[in-house]
Amino acid sequence: MKSTLKSLLLAAAVIAAPLAGAQVASAEGEKYILVSHAPDSDSWWNTIKNGIALAGDQMGVDVEYRNPPTGDLADMARIIEQAAASGPNGIITTLSDPDVLSGPIKDAVASGIDVIIMNSGTPDQAREVGALMYVGQPEYDAGHAAGLRAKGDGVTSFLCVNHYISSPSSTERCQGFADGLGVELGDQMIDSGQDPAEIKNRVLAYLNANPDTDAVLTLGPTSADPTLLALDENGMAGDIYFGTFDLGENIVEGIKSGVINWGIDQQPFLQAYLPVVVLTNYHRYGVLPGNNINSGPGFVTKDGLTLVEKFAGEYR
Amino acid sequence: MTEANVAATADERVKQQSSLQKALIRPELGGICGTIIVFALFLIFAGDSGMFSAQGVMNWSTVSAQFMIIAVGACLLMIAGEFDLSVGSMIGFSGMMIAIFTVTLEWPVWQAILATFVMALAIGALNGYIVVRTGLPSFIVTLAFLFILRGFTIYLPQIIERKTIIGGVDRAAEGDWFAALFGGKILTGFFAWMGDAGIIDVFERGSRAGQPVVEGIPMLIVWAIALVIVGHIILTRTQFGNWIFAAGGDAQAARYVGVPVNRVKILMFMFTAFCATVFAACQVMEFGSAGADRGLLKEFEAIIAVVIGGALLTGGYGSVIGAALGALIFGVVQQGLFFAGVESSLFRVFLGVILLFAVILNTYIRRIITGER
Repeated sequence: MKSTLKSLLLAAAVIAAPLAGAQVASAEGEKYILVSHAPDSDSWWNTIKNGIALAGDQMGVDVEYRNPPTGDLADMARIIEQAAASGPNGIITTLSDPDVLSGPIKDAVASGIDVIIMNSGTPDQAREVGALMYVGQPEYDAGHAAGLRAKGDGVTSFLCVNHYISSPSSTERCQGFADGLGVELGDQMIDSGQDPAEIKNRVLAYLNANPDTDAVLTLGPTSADPTLLALDENGMAGDIYFGTFDLGENIVEGIKSGVINWGIDQQPFLQAYLPVVVLTNYHRYGVLPGNNINSGPGFVTKDGLTLVEKFAGEYR
Repeated sequence: MTEANVAATADERVKQQSSLQKALIRPELGGICGTIIVFALFLIFAGDSGMFSAQGVMNWSTVSAQFMIIAVGACLLMIAGEFDLSVGSMIGFSGMMIAIFTVTLEWPVWQAILATFVMALAIGALNGYIVVRTGLPSFIVTLAFLFILRGFTIYLPQIIERKTIIGGVDRAAEGDWFAALFGGKILTGFFAWMGDAGIIDVFERGSRAGQPVVEGIPMLIVWAIALVIVGHIILTRTQFGNWIFAAGGDAQAARYVGVPVNRVKILMFMFTAFCATVFAACQVMEFGSAGADRGLLKEFEAIIAVVIGGALLTGGYGSVIGAALGALIFGVVQQGLFFAGVESSLFRVFLGVILLFAVILNTYIRRIITGER
């Protein structure tokens, strides 16, 4: 009986959800749409969703989050076109492949919608498509900074676990790291796929075949979490130099226990939160910061982990 | 569907049917009903959201046209009794080959596209040949090609260019009339006139201020409509169309009456590959780049559109018009849910529910009108 009631409630919630959404959309307040390139399986974007939701609440505006379910960038272009057609005040979008996305973004700008580029892309590309500004972490520079840091710690070879190889910015991180170290990228980057078990086994296989690898670099929780398991399994945990982009619960645990030397925090919360604040104030009072905003890179190490730990995966 | 023999004298062996009943017994009836319901729903729930503005219409039309192109191929193949699960991978692979030919090998674009079509048709033929020679289910054979083609799509650009997205095709394609066949737009003058006349919105600012928000009809849509018309005529008005139905309905019986079943099936596999390559060529010419992840899961989207359109998964029954309507429903629902402001994490739940509903409705209608049990 209880379970029947539960499923009825659930059904009611599912049916009511879009109606609630429709009501919010018709309320007073500006409307902003955030379009990301992330497939549904990428959990890191949860922080972005929380950030934009919080900004929407605090500023009293309507916010929506959209993404292509499989991460197909051509589908993302359609979503941007769709977002523009639905007539929002502003669009916040990533620019992970200018070839595909610049057309739809330019069209949106030309039809009178203000655009801010967040996360992927560069300040130059953002200016080129006519966006107001760029909020994010320049990927190559971040990788380069990490490479310099690792070089100082005596690293000469590494494995880059790329879980999103179809996005050029992921490859730039690995390339930047290699250039920072002063070595060729070569075969040190592997396409790990998105599936945790596959990632884990590919890392194991690579480290088996190349046992004298000095360091491992992962590009986010999607690749870092399985890599942590892999290192536990082959006994390299704590021994091999381990750096990662982005934070998540397991990564914070790893930093705390010393398995991960550092995490590069690009502070995704700010990438979602700040554009909404900037756009709202721009539309209400006409004020606009005069430059791009760098939300990262910040290196998170064992020191000062308390706040990070508390909000990892939620706001950090 | 058998054409009733219109003899002057009534034949007692032929059951009399009213013309209304005849008009109803069509595989696309479910698709027609579904289309009406879907449009009615979105007019009510998303009518004022920009979904039916010029930009909005172009948005869901383009997405529907994409589905249509691959659905036509999948539909004919399914009627002939086979599946092709390699459609999505073929889209990625063809796109990548066009990009590699034009950007890396610096071939003229027309040559690159033609070479890619030849290659895709050969792979389609290989698919079909393996299926008819081994008698293995096409499900398994094409599943293998799903992985093989996707693997090459990731591997080739990696070893050649050290990246997974190859761009710059649009610069190479400038001024190439053959490329415009896939990436161009038609009726631009008409849309410019509509913009000037205030019928559709114009861009408000920037370098394109004053130009209409919809520049013209993309060739993607032209291809979709052309493929639907050609597919429909072949299926319903030619001997070859009857062979397709026969091959899928009962292959052995068809062989006994002299239908070249193997040839029909291989040709249908080639046609599916052709449609996938049209899709890929349009995409590459529009976006100017090919990526290793293009076309993921498109094979299922094609099959879903065909099934919504009233075709039987077991073969021998279906219609190209139905598949086109299925693609339209799928495209409108997919984009319409965005317009209606449905919470995005629930998007797939609604898509699944609506698809299930469409297929059940379809089956139900078919049973009523054909008296099938």
